[in-house]
Amino acid sequence: MTNTLHRFGKPETLRDDYIVFAMASKGINDEGAVEKVRVFFRAALKHNPINMGNAVINPLYRPEKDLTFLKLYFSGRKEKVAPETFISEISALGTAAVVFDNRQTMADFLKELRDLDLGLSVNVSALIDDVRDVCGEIHLTPHSVEYSLPFQGDIDRLPERDILSLTTMCGHGMIASNFARKMVDGIREGRLERDQACRYMAKFCVCGVFNTTRALRILETTVKGA
Amino acid sequence: MKISKKKCVGCANCVPVCPMNAIFIGPDNLAEVDREACVECHTCFRGLSFEHLPGGLVRWARRALKMVRLRFQPDPDLCPTEALEPEKLEWPRIVRSAFSDPMVTHESTGIHGRGTAEAKTNDVTGRVGTGEAGFVVEFGRPGIGVIFRDVEKATRALAVEGVVFEPENPVTSLMTNAGEGSIREDILDEKILSCIVEFKTRMEDVPRILDAVKAVSGTLNTVVSIGVSTRCDEDGSDPLHALLMEQGYDTWRAKVNMGMGRRSNIASGGKGRRV
Repeated sequence: MTNTLHRFGKPETLRDDYIVFAMASKGINDEGAVEKVRVFFRAALKHNPINMGNAVINPLYRPEKDLTFLKLYFSGRKEKVAPETFISEISALGTAAVVFDNRQTMADFLKELRDLDLGLSVNVSALIDDVRDVCGEIHLTPHSVEYSLPFQGDIDRLPERDILSLTTMCGHGMIASNFARKMVDGIREGRLERDQACRYMAKFCVCGVFNTTRALRILETTVKGA
Repeated sequence: MKISKKKCVGCANCVPVCPMNAIFIGPDNLAEVDREACVECHTCFRGLSFEHLPGGLVRWARRALKMVRLRFQPDPDLCPTEALEPEKLEWPRIVRSAFSDPMVTHESTGIHGRGTAEAKTNDVTGRVGTGEAGFVVEFGRPGIGVIFRDVEKATRALAVEGVVFEPENPVTSLMTNAGEGSIREDILDEKILSCIVEFKTRMEDVPRILDAVKAVSGTLNTVVSIGVSTRCDEDGSDPLHALLMEQGYDTWRAKVNMGMGRRSNIASGGKGRRV
């Protein structure tokens, strides 16, 4: 699984994108790991994450499967559940992921994880220089590192850069290029608010690793560039 | 995936959400799924919200609104009549779902997703050691998709280079001969969103293997995402970074295992042991 590794963009466009995730290995450290994952998520809440998920249940941003005419037009949409609701629903292991849009909050969370010593494998997916700097600041020594290399093959088939920057924030490819284009067009035509477009896209990322802050910034740049 | 003709009202909201562009509006003005292009990722079914309106009523309302030059247009993330219907899949089509729907667990790995946990759990598995490089080569990503015939072309080329495929990986489990990189014949025409081929090499072989991946990628009708990992030295640095830079690769983004994992299961060899 490399669902957060290949986020497209130049370094300057990835400065507000930090994913911290925790995993247990089957037969090695999975005993009691579900409760540890809940502790992981609850610890993250103190540091204002912008998204979270675990790929087993729906993440914070999720589609509504029980809409009715009355709910839709009178009660309004409920596109994001309370984090505690999400945490209480966790009953099986997955990849517990939390997204931050700020280097300092990510660093603070890592420090807390270090002190909690849950015994889960914790990874940070971000700009490597930022992660190394944070490791130095909080006295953590990286164990392993996996680098993302540029896309190969028939890259002429890839969508335009801004759209690719949006869609690759779901590494499983659940956010379609045409849907991202539809969001951009909707904003340009005044039919859609930018933050609403971000929430629509976030709902398709089942792992909860879509960065809504970065998406908002990309949308603003894209729409201005029209 | 199927779309119910009885329920669909032709609002076309499902058309752009399909990562494979497999949904289109047919001559009857209702949505249809191109079964060859569909990879059974269930993105449309899972990602769209559902409003449970009766199809007949909505069609009538649409016609009435059209007469007064108004348009019925639900929110873009909404299927107003819950017209999407997942099918019960049989072999070999079920392979599409296994490699495209991230919420499906691979039987071979016991985890969700298209590969193993690779470097993410290296602190407790020790899979990639010092002086070794772990490759995670994903075919079809981002967002293009791939047929297994193309994947096999690549795995055969890599096998010639002498790589040993990760035995726990789902693609390896579908190989008839891992030494040759051959994949079972009955799935070769199946299209999937992406799949990950994993193997490890010695550090000094990284440039040669990267060249091989690049060369075979150029012959495929899809795109390829490559991740290369290694275990860090005692001080947290690693020789891979400099090696990749020397080869001309941009390496500004990475996933870093912070070394917080512990082999804590009693049966796994003792509480608190790191590898």
